Formats: sequence, C-alpha cells, structure tokens
Amino acid sequence: MITLPFQEHNLNPMCLAVPGQVISIDLSDPDMKMARVKFGEIVKDICIQWVDDVKVGEYVIAHIGTALSKVDEADALYTLNALKEMGDL
Amino acid sequence: MKHIDEYRDKELVDKLVSQIGKELTRPWTLMEICGGQTHSIMKYGLLDLLPEAITMVHGPGCPVCVTPVEFIDKAVALSLREGTILASFGDMLRVPGSSNDLLGARAQGGDVRIVFSPLDAVDLAAGNPDKQVVFFAVGFETTAPAVALAIRQAELKEINNFRVLVAHVLVPPAMRALLSNPDIRLDGFLAAGHVCTVMGYEEYIPIAEEFQVPMAVTGFEPVDILLGIQKTLHMLEKGIVGVENAYPRSVKQEGNLKARELLKQVFEPVDRNWRGIGSIPLSGFRLREHYDRFDAGTLPGLEGIHASESGPCIAGEILTGIRKPHECSAFGKLCTPEKPLGAPMVSSEGACAAYYKYPCP
Amino acid sequence: MNPDPKSEPVCPIPKSDYEHVLLAHGGGGKLTRQLIEKMFYAELGNEYLTRGHDGAFLPSPGQTLAFTTDSFVVDPIFFPGGNIGDLAINGTVNDLACCGAIPRYISLGFILEEGLPMAELWEIVKSIRKAAHKAGVHIVTGDTKVVGKGKGDKIFINTSGIGEVMEGTSIGPEQCRPGDVVLINGTIADHGIAIISKREGLGFETSVRSDTASLNAMITDVLGKYKSVHVLRDPTRGGLASALNEISEASQTGIVLHEDRIGVSESVRGACEIMGLDPLYIANEGKMLLIVPREDAQGVLEKLKSHPEGKEAAIIGEVTGDHPGMVRLKTTIGTTRIVDMISSEQPPRIC
Repeated sequence: MITLPFQEHNLNPMCLAVPGQVISIDLSDPDMKMARVKFGEIVKDICIQWVDDVKVGEYVIAHIGTALSKVDEADALYTLNALKEMGDL
Repeated sequence: MKHIDEYRDKELVDKLVSQIGKELTRPWTLMEICGGQTHSIMKYGLLDLLPEAITMVHGPGCPVCVTPVEFIDKAVALSLREGTILASFGDMLRVPGSSNDLLGARAQGGDVRIVFSPLDAVDLAAGNPDKQVVFFAVGFETTAPAVALAIRQAELKEINNFRVLVAHVLVPPAMRALLSNPDIRLDGFLAAGHVCTVMGYEEYIPIAEEFQVPMAVTGFEPVDILLGIQKTLHMLEKGIVGVENAYPRSVKQEGNLKARELLKQVFEPVDRNWRGIGSIPLSGFRLREHYDRFDAGTLPGLEGIHASESGPCIAGEILTGIRKPHECSAFGKLCTPEKPLGAPMVSSEGACAAYYKYPCP
Repeated sequence: MNPDPKSEPVCPIPKSDYEHVLLAHGGGGKLTRQLIEKMFYAELGNEYLTRGHDGAFLPSPGQTLAFTTDSFVVDPIFFPGGNIGDLAINGTVNDLACCGAIPRYISLGFILEEGLPMAELWEIVKSIRKAAHKAGVHIVTGDTKVVGKGKGDKIFINTSGIGEVMEGTSIGPEQCRPGDVVLINGTIADHGIAIISKREGLGFETSVRSDTASLNAMITDVLGKYKSVHVLRDPTRGGLASALNEISEASQTGIVLHEDRIGVSESVRGACEIMGLDPLYIANEGKMLLIVPREDAQGVLEKLKSHPEGKEAAIIGEVTGDHPGMVRLKTTIGTTRIVDMISSEQPPRIC
C-alpha cells in the first residue's frame, strides 16, 4: 500500500471500525498474519495479527487495516433475540 | 451489510425507546465517551427519540481533538525539516497548531504524506532509505496496537530510518479526571466500544465503584447506542453500580489479550496534557526504553516548541460536555469546517463537526 | 472613449476570506456557490446567466434554444464504466436534457498535455464518437491545444452544447411547488465511488462502475407525454444533497427525502462505510432528478422504468411548503434530520 495524494485526507477517517467477512487467510509471515476481508462487496487486505484464530467465513471488526476482534456470532444472535423479545410479556 | 444493518433496524429502535420510557422515573445525565458515538447520535436523530429527562453529554473521545497542541507543532516542525517525510492520518492535516497546521506546512514545502495505517509508514521508510520517515501516532488504545506492530516490523526488518511521534491518549484516566471535576455532573457513562474491544473493561469496574457511576460498554450503531443507554438507565433506576457489556459481539471483559500484550511490550503510560482539558496523570503512552531509537521526540529541532492557544475556541468545555457546540459564540460563524478555530470542528469525530454536519431540525 | 463604469472592479471575495483558490472551490458545495455568486454573477451577470440552471434559454426566431458548457478534469481519465470522453459527451447532453431540450450540436475543446500516449487519446476519441452516436448529437466544432509536460494533466476537455427546447415545457428550479413528487432514475453514488476506488493507495478492490450515460432519450420520452415536469437536474458534483438544496433554495420550498427509498448498491454501501462517506453527497453521471406534479408521478415513474437507464427508478421524496429552503431526510429508523449543502471537502476531480 502506498501513500495517498494529499487531497484524499477526508477518506479513510482513522476512527472507523467496520465489520467485514474473512474470505481468505495468509499466515505465511508469522509476524504479519493477513486476511482478505469483504465489506459489502469491497475487498481489502487486513492484518489479523491479534485475531489469528479467525476462520474463513467469520467476521472481524477492522480498524486502520488491522482486525480488532472476531465478531462473536453467538453473542450477536443472543443480543438481537433479547431485543426482539423486549417488551413482550 | 451483516453486523451493521441489524443494528439500524427500526423495530428494535422502537422497542428500546419504549423500554427506556418504561423504566425512566427521573432525570439522568449520561456521557457518551466516543466521538463516533456522538456522530451516530446526531446522524440518526437519536436525541429526538429519547425522553427529555435523559440528557446526553458529549465526551472527549475524539483523539484528533485532544492531541496536545505541542504535538501538532512538533509534527509541523518535523515535516519542514530537510530530508524528513512526515506520515500522518489524514484527519490530522487541518487541525490547528499554535500557528500552523500540517496542510499549511505542506504548502510551505514540508513533505507531509497521508497514510491509512502506520504499517504504510514503515513501507514508506523502506522505500525511501535516504529520508527520515516520522509517523505521527495519534489515537486511543484502539489505534496504539497497530502502531506497536509497525514499530516491531521496523525492528524486525532493520529499518533504521523510521521514527514515531507518540501522542497516544488513554481513556480510563480521562474518565477519572472528568468524574473528579466538580463542574461536571454525570450519572452514567457509555464507554467506548472499540477501545474496550482492545483493552477489555476490567479497568472500568473500580472507576465505576469509586465514583458510584454505572457504565455500559457501548457500540456505534443506533441500536447499540440505545441499548447502552437502556442498560445504564436500568442500573441507575435500580441503584446498581457496575459495568455492563452492551457490545458483546465485539467486546470481551479481558479485551484482546494479544493486542494488550503487544502494547505492554512497546509502550508505557506517561502523564499527558490533553488539549483543552489539561494534564491528566498517566493518560498517555510513550515508547519503552528498548524502543528509544524509534522515538521521533528526541530528534533535533524540537526543543523550544512552546504551544499556545488563544481566541474564542471553547474546545475544553465542549470536550468535557460542559457546553454544547451550538452554545459556542463562534459556532458556524467564525468557526466552520472550512475555517476551524479548534480541533472539534475539523475532526471527523469532533462534536462540533457532528453538530455542524447534522444540524438539529 | 467612454470609461467602462466597471473599469476598476474591486475583488468581491474579501482578501480576509481566501487569498487563493482552494480545491473546495471546485467541490460543488458552499464554496463553489460563493465563488459563482460573489464573483462570477456579480461581475458577469445577466438574466440568462443568473437563473442558475444547468443551461441557458436563448431566444431565437421561431424557437428557444438551450446552451450549456462544461469542463471535464476527471482523474483518473480511464475508470470502471468509462473514460473522460464518455463524461464529456454524456454530461453536456444531460445538461441540455435538464432544460427540456433535445440536444443537437456539441463543441469539443481539448487541452492535451505533452506526452499523453496517442493510444489513450484514440480510446477517448472512440468513446466520444460512440457516446455522441447514442445520444444522437453531432460534434460540429472543436479546438485542440497542447501544453508542455507538467503544465496540464494528461487531458482536459471542454464541451458546449446546443439543443432545441421542447415546446410546452417550462423547466427550472424555481418551478418546484409544494405537493410535487421527487423521482430519480436509479441508484446513487456509483460514479463517485468508481472514481475514488481507482485513486492510488486506497487499497481496495471493487466492481463498482461509473453510471455515466446519456439520458436524453429517456427524458425526451417523459416530456413527450408529461409537459408538466417542473424540475430536471443531474446530481453530479455534490451529489443528490447539493442538487436538492439548490432547488429548495431557488424555489423556497421544503423537500423531504425518504432514506429507505433511495437506492444504493451493496458495493457502494461497503465503500461508503469503510471510508466514512455519505452517498447523498457523492457524484452521479447517469442520474436525473425529476420533480413533477403529484398526479403525474406514477406515470412518469413507469415511463422511466421502460428505459434501460431507468429500470431502477424510484419515487424518493416530496415537496412541501414547510421549512422553505431546507432539505430533510426521514431516516430508516424513522427520525428526521436536516440534509445540508455540502460543506466539508469531498474528493476533487470527480468529473
């Protein structure tokens, strides 16, 4: 990845962290473990150094080109179900 | 998009608003720490949905906004040095320093490059062996691990022309400072979901207990934010003090242990002067001695930089929630995104920028 | 010799504001408007110019002509879905269609940078021919200049166009009325994202293609049956939001948009999420906003859908007498927020 021309300073704001789906993994460099991650239909290379147990098909939350966490599907489902039942008595 | 759209669902929003209405018996003041949360609240008009008795106060969770002025001045000075490339996140470019900003430095001939990630800055150093590449490292605990990784990569690959101007700031000490401030009255906190994704929320439990302020670790989509508010409200109404996790799909109590380990190896806490707020003990990171040779702060030409701020900008009061952006006399007139007086109007996470972009109908 | 009363003009943009032209002056938002109004209209204005529509209506014996001009500085010059040549023809053709005119004649001015590969110029010229043929226009005059290496940027194109205004039509932003309905012929932000995706260093792959297309056949068909169309506008720089703000301001009406009816493709959504962009502010090159009386809305929608460029057409909002000059958006979660004129810098050289 190379540097952006200065006009682009509005793009890729640093504070975003977005969930994406892992479509392939490359663990060949133990100090820079990488994955290709799909956001909608955009594909980006993301470093998974601290989320190196993620599998293809699972989701990560990515920030400045690195994965912060693996999305816990079970917890996500639990939360959504609890919300759907909220207020029903 | 999965894991985003479900949290923008109208039905779930309505259920949470209804639940909040049911549980509420008296006024409460809550602070959302993170600028991203402030933006989401404004973008989705959540203030209109909440009962009037709940007051949302916007916190200092905008790293661009709170980066000490002297760091901007140092970055500007470094960029203007012969043979130096200053690599920075784009967000920092128009943040006003004492007398100049990075965009202005570039116009004066400074070599300022925008990078998306600190790892790109390492590549830049590798590709320009005759130049000194300095990465301007701002951000909270969310961003620091990537910077640590970049430094380790430079170490591994023996890249000797890479340095980092470390300006990281840490959230828990800031929360302590806010809660200790007698001018600020807060009943509950929405903690920053992505900072906690890295660090976990163990360090928040003693803070909650010491100040008797319940907290919910909260995400960024409308449903996440309303859930954080609902959980905090529930604790307040029941008189419970603790830390609830309203963002379990991303946050674990212990956070990301590998990332935390990396941070421990590369950084150590240091006192830091938050822009607009003042000095907060042990609220920043600096490089550990072992990584001294990567510290841009020791480069020549940075002595004698004295930061100064003046004028009508009330960033400090905005960042601590004492005043709202539209209460500032300069808001929208002297101070706009095109001609900002302070950081909160420039930064994509800043409260002033949020109020300007999403004006209240 | 009578002295020109304007012989000593004073620069209307006070020095304390901007000493130099900024990139943001070309963004299509607040600063662009300020430059146009304070300097260009103030110094050059006349009844044709200051109406501020996509083209000028010029009286001519027997008919009214529409005349428009546009310059194209897009970077990169080749992008998914087309090249600068396509934009040059389609953009001007669409501006004439916005006047309710049948586009006829185009002028073509090239400013070429020394060193531009002939093969690239050839590709662009071929695209221009194809686009002109599809739109049914003739390129009748042109000019070519070459500047030294480093003094230009590969190729800049200026096109001017003349069209015949269809009788019985009266189209312009000030025609917008409370009770009218807002339509668009498809998804938004495709062009801007396609361009941005090709900007060096952003490091992502996408299949998003520019939507550049001439819309005159579709619009002429609509106007053939519905002379009552009030406003036509192609939302290029500054996107849907800026175009609708201008219309709302010019007509002193309020416009309400419904977020759940505005089409955005999955790829464009993904790109916007990871870059923190709002599709409402991103350029389109094959889209037309139509503001029509309520009773014609369904019929116009069906007409649009019968054309390939309109198959994803939708009704996206309505015009009200409330909040004049302001555009509001009803979000997917049911709240309302104001959609302001673009103020912060958006990527430059999108078209």
